[in-house]
Amino acid sequence: MDDGRPIFRQLAEQIENQIIDGSLPEGSQVPSINEFASFHRINPATALKGITLLVESGVLFKRRGIGMFVADGARERLLAERRARFATEYVHPLLLEARGLELTTDQLIDIIRKESAS
Amino acid sequence: MTTIVEARGLTKRYRGVTAVDSVDFQIARDSITGLLGRTGAGKTTLMHLLTGQEFATSGTIAVAGGNPVENAGVLQHTCFIKESQRYPDDFKPKHVFAAAPGFFPHWDADFARDLAAEFRLPVDRRIKKLSRGQLSSVGIIVGLASRAPITIFDEPYLGLDAIARQAFYDRLLADYAEHPRTVILSTHLIDEVGALLEHALVIDNGRIIIDSPVDALRAHAATIAGPAEAVERAIAALEVLHRERLGGFVSATVAGITEQVLAEARAAGLEVGPVSLQQLIIRQTGGTPTEHEEVSR
Repeated sequence: MDDGRPIFRQLAEQIENQIIDGSLPEGSQVPSINEFASFHRINPATALKGITLLVESGVLFKRRGIGMFVADGARERLLAERRARFATEYVHPLLLEARGLELTTDQLIDIIRKESAS
Repeated sequence: MTTIVEARGLTKRYRGVTAVDSVDFQIARDSITGLLGRTGAGKTTLMHLLTGQEFATSGTIAVAGGNPVENAGVLQHTCFIKESQRYPDDFKPKHVFAAAPGFFPHWDADFARDLAAEFRLPVDRRIKKLSRGQLSSVGIIVGLASRAPITIFDEPYLGLDAIARQAFYDRLLADYAEHPRTVILSTHLIDEVGALLEHALVIDNGRIIIDSPVDALRAHAATIAGPAEAVERAIAALEVLHRERLGGFVSATVAGITEQVLAEARAAGLEVGPVSLQQLIIRQTGGTPTEHEEVSR
């Protein structure tokens, strides 16, 4: 786990991904801080920071003495957030590269149609 | 944050050489702190001052509220694993482990036995017959199984291969999670330990040049590369740590970045990449190689 961004952000995003792809369903318990720390080989304080980020944004909630759980409605909320960022994070770089290669928008749309059909 | 170590104006001079030059820093209780820097930067002197093995020329250092020099109260809370630990001539590792509870009240003999098996340490062989890596394992086992409230490792892995070093990091993290304590890890294998550390202290020429949570350091720097003109425009307001140029192409390592700067750089078609902790420290400590690398000695 290392793409140069703060590790706690990467951890939070990875948990969000698991909520989005359904491997962490709403209402299910997430691993403990120490489990995350030893799995990813990161400092427990870093793991705690990542989890805290998700508790603050309401994606996870804490049951005192039991652990951390995925909140109801978390998946829909994450999907909405990610869709809002989709244009800047994925479409803009795509357009930039397409422009560099002198592809027109119509040609680009053709490529997308062909690829999503296959 | 509760502080367990506090240095103020701490200075150590040897005959005209200033090894530690008026440094101020604090170390948080129950954190893992990396003491990083080049060979000869002052790391070992600083650890000797921390453990009361040297007198400060001036300034103060307080460990758990007391001066560590000849202070049994402080020293029995401390375990210092040196790169070149000496043992009595005919000692075997099992003797070291048997004597350890006398020095370390929290010693866990079962844990030491597990570690010895994991590191494949021949506990019945005389220490002077051990390989460099096996000798390092003895130190690592003592450091971990002592569970000392303040545990200091000075380059503890000489002669250990990548697998054994990973085993050390894994065991350290797992045991630290169960038994939180203050760990100070001096190393120049910065990228290997980067994710283990909560805080980094970087010393260069006897001075602390970086004193920061590791997460903040990582968030704070990036490499931005692309056509020279566009790169220069993107980094105009930033602190440039390093700049490489190849024809019309520039790659710059910059500090003081924000999400907005990165977004604008990406939108301008520039490549934005991470800077590893090691690269960041190399950029800030000069970047020319030292004459004598410790590992190759």
